Amino acid sequence: MKKLLSFGTRSCAGCPASLAVRRILEAVGDNVIIVNGTSCLEVTTTQYPLSSWNVPYIHTAFECTGAVASGVESALKKMGKDTHVVAIAGDGGTFDIGLQSLSGMIDRGHNVLYICYDNECYANTGLQRSSATPYGAATTTSPPGKFSIGNKTFKKPIVQMLAAQKVPYVATASLAYPDDLERKVKKALTIKGPKFIHILAPCPISWRFDSSETIHVARLAVETGMWILCEIENGKIKINVTPSERKPVKDYLSLQGRFKHLKDEDIKKIQEKVDDDWKAYKKY
Amino acid sequence: MKKVIEGSHAVAEAVRLCAPKVIAAYPITPQTHIVERLSKMVADGQLDSEFLCVESEHSAMSACIGAQATGVRTYTATASQGLMLMHEMLHVASGMRLPIVINVANRSVSSPLSIWNDWLDAMAVRNSGWVQLFVESSQEALDTTIQAYKIAETIHLPVMVCIDGFYLSHTYEPVDIPDTVAGYLGDYKPKVVLDPKNPITQGMMAGPKAFQEFKEQQHRALLSAKDVIKNENREFNKKFGRIYGDGLVETYNMESADYAIISMGSVCGTIKHILDEKKISDIGLIRIKTYRPFPNKEIIDLTKNLKALGVLEKDISFGIGGALWADVKTFVDKPVSNFIGGLGGRDIQIEDIVKIFGTIRKEEENIHWVGSQLKK
Repeated sequence: MKKLLSFGTRSCAGCPASLAVRRILEAVGDNVIIVNGTSCLEVTTTQYPLSSWNVPYIHTAFECTGAVASGVESALKKMGKDTHVVAIAGDGGTFDIGLQSLSGMIDRGHNVLYICYDNECYANTGLQRSSATPYGAATTTSPPGKFSIGNKTFKKPIVQMLAAQKVPYVATASLAYPDDLERKVKKALTIKGPKFIHILAPCPISWRFDSSETIHVARLAVETGMWILCEIENGKIKINVTPSERKPVKDYLSLQGRFKHLKDEDIKKIQEKVDDDWKAYKKY
Repeated sequence: MKKVIEGSHAVAEAVRLCAPKVIAAYPITPQTHIVERLSKMVADGQLDSEFLCVESEHSAMSACIGAQATGVRTYTATASQGLMLMHEMLHVASGMRLPIVINVANRSVSSPLSIWNDWLDAMAVRNSGWVQLFVESSQEALDTTIQAYKIAETIHLPVMVCIDGFYLSHTYEPVDIPDTVAGYLGDYKPKVVLDPKNPITQGMMAGPKAFQEFKEQQHRALLSAKDVIKNENREFNKKFGRIYGDGLVETYNMESADYAIISMGSVCGTIKHILDEKKISDIGLIRIKTYRPFPNKEIIDLTKNLKALGVLEKDISFGIGGALWADVKTFVDKPVSNFIGGLGGRDIQIEDIVKIFGTIRKEEENIHWVGSQLKK
């Protein structure tokens, strides 16, 4: 079978983006137009004159993925074409610079599946801090030092923000649970209107772990409760994986160089946040 | 049909006739009346378009790019800060060779805040690879907006039609509205679109070995617009009986002129009035209609027997002088004085222009700020 994203992209060993996109495209099929925000994904798959994409693909700039997807979808509507529109952007392009454009797309109700692959930093430019970067993580613009723990803020709650905007379908996904990801993509495509899927994308280079460990790190994120697999359909939340006994967050953090500088009290603070998040999710 | 209408509504009529399938716009003074009228046309079923109330001008151009790349005609309009916010995507649109059409209701750029007319907005984006056309009247705004689609779709580059904010956008004039543009502008038939049946990749990354040739091709395409604009000017005349110079420049009172004033847009109407009223024979007007691509050959030919020139413009390229003056100076080897005026909506009055004529006759070369209240 023809691969919709060819092998041999220029991505790094263990890159979660190409893994995720392959699985997404398997679920979507070939009747799709891909809209991609500037990111590692674009840079590693579209080096002129070579393209890794066997589906129609457009990239324009960083902050406008939602708006470009809106235009594509509107054109298809006027042409009477029944083609899926899937927008793919990173966390910088979604949480930060592209948030307004995404919010506009949702507000106008465009029939687009928007997927954010979240490697928790600006990986493409060399690991700078984004508002998706977790508390305590070292990045090149949130380095730990005498006066700093590293990143001073907790991750922006994008899923809750979008659920509050009444997006008909919001889900989180993990590379360690590919069947769950595939099911969510397929389900999203049956729903008319804007949809949002948020995939944790452990980046070996930025997070500083061995490139053979991508899936392991992704799984530990779920098993420690740092990443909650859930879906929110018309405001109703369903948690897809509830670990019977959550592993301590230390198991997840200690695998990654970006958290190496954290002291026990810092890790305790992160553990408490995760515990609180679970309580809040269960109440929600 | 001839009607007395606002310049903005003349533009909206032109857009209705060209029937873009997707319109994406964000409100900004003095562009609002254009998009308000278009959204009403869509609401009333006179125009079969998707009207996207986008959340910014950046998204307006982004949505147009997405829609045009998918295979439909698009439209947007903006001004001033809106054009500044859109600037990044102007380069993307021209680089991707998408024939998008925009009207800019020219307005100043902050700071200080000014909602009034000048050309600081359009001049700030003159290197973005778009065709830039400046019009003098509401009728010309309507006619040029129709031609813009034809030009854009012929050369695969986007076209910006500049109308002076308020002076044209908010002024009522008699305007002849064609019943149809069928027979002049056909259906949009793009060669390259986003289509699952023939998957292509648009907006790629190009390394140092490839990038420069993209830009060279873009420059060649923009230069090729000159012949296309001239041709469309003639074709339009055949169909609708209206013509604007040769499409690139229009001359007035040049028959026995020793001097010329060069300018653009609605102020040219005032200049023509004065030339007539005062029966001036030694000075003529060269109105630049096509600012990009720049009509260098035409300027050289028209000025070769003249003693001196003056360039009157509503913009400043800080640190050099007027942008239009600098362009003219590139091609003309004789005294060219620069008159910068009308910034932030200040009226350029009859006395100002009479004074400018006097200065041009001195055959000097200086930069003058029209009506400056500052000490020298």
